[in-house]
Amino acid sequence: MKSSSPSCTNPRSVNLSKGKKYGLIVSLIVIAGGLIYLGLGQFGQNLVYFFTPSEVVSFSPAYYGKKIRVGGMVVKGSVQVVPNTLKLNFTLTDGAATIPVEFEGIPPDLFKEGKGAVVEGYWDSQKQFHSNLIMAKHSEDYMPIEMKRAGVQLPKKDLLKTLQQ
Amino acid sequence: MIRWIRKYEGWFGASGAICIAIGLYFGLVASPPDSYQGEVVRIMYVHVPFASTSMTAYGVLTVASLWYLWKRDPIIDNLAHATAGIGVFFTSGALFTGSIWGKPTWNTWWTWDARLVSFTILLLILIGYLMLRTFIEDKEREARYAAILAIVGAVDLPIVHFSVEWWRTLHQPLSISQRGVAIAGVMLYPLIFMSVGFYLLFTYMVGVRTQMLYLQQLLEAKKGRLLGEVHL
Repeated sequence: MKSSSPSCTNPRSVNLSKGKKYGLIVSLIVIAGGLIYLGLGQFGQNLVYFFTPSEVVSFSPAYYGKKIRVGGMVVKGSVQVVPNTLKLNFTLTDGAATIPVEFEGIPPDLFKEGKGAVVEGYWDSQKQFHSNLIMAKHSEDYMPIEMKRAGVQLPKKDLLKTLQQ
Repeated sequence: MIRWIRKYEGWFGASGAICIAIGLYFGLVASPPDSYQGEVVRIMYVHVPFASTSMTAYGVLTVASLWYLWKRDPIIDNLAHATAGIGVFFTSGALFTGSIWGKPTWNTWWTWDARLVSFTILLLILIGYLMLRTFIEDKEREARYAAILAIVGAVDLPIVHFSVEWWRTLHQPLSISQRGVAIAGVMLYPLIFMSVGFYLLFTYMVGVRTQMLYLQQLLEAKKGRLLGEVHL
């Protein structure tokens, strides 16, 4: 873009030669194409915000003790509160594999059994996940309580299915 | 163009205010709390309009920039310049309200997921656009370079929109998509009123700002001519 003509001092007279016009268009396409490639290709595959339980279970020892995020559904009936502590044990699933999570801290209000959660922490050689931070992953459907009680289902993405992709 | 804006801008502002007033009543009073999130869901009624208006603002900026490169009409450049400035307001608004919504629901103000990062890049592009404009002396060159930056930056728009569908994110997927509408009717009405209100408000703000930039340029041109006469 440095090749702008020096004849642009007068704001009204713009005479880009044909070659320069094509050059401009071609360079625009090249830049845009490059960004799209970066955005969709290489970059997209490395862009992992959280791992799934299946991926965590098959981790190599190189990953042990490393700070990672894991996302999944909290298994119904798995949440156990350790009395007189801030500790909480539960299992996280993606439908295929489950991992046990040992949590110490304050869980968010939206952390519930059967709902999505992303936990931050590390996976150890004992096949146990340790976490100090739970983030609730809520779904994109919104409805009043009466509709929920009536069992209405709104069209939404199935979290379990997306986790298995 | 300026005459058209002067004639109709008041209507946009007034109807926007009415829509937002109705939307706020529906959103804060008449609509029920969400079955899962409770009262916190009401933040959606400002967050989503902020976000969708900022996406539209960038879309308008892109079209105006293309139009400018094609026709070289200084008024279109003023329009693009105005859109970018107003876009910064709406984009930051979306980030702030999203942050306020994220703390009680997700348990975090900010996280490095694809949606949040790509949307913040959109804000940075807009700020960069405004900065670039202040660096260049020559008016025509300023407009041309800025237009090119805006067009290249438009690559981010689809990335922002589809980030929640393409990648694993903490942000929930699209509520309104090919799958259908995942928002119950009683909660959809306030959202529609607020969104339409925000679009009208955006149009009004861009109209006012475009006039300001146009008049500023006129003033500078006149000043230049007067100074030239003095020196002669």
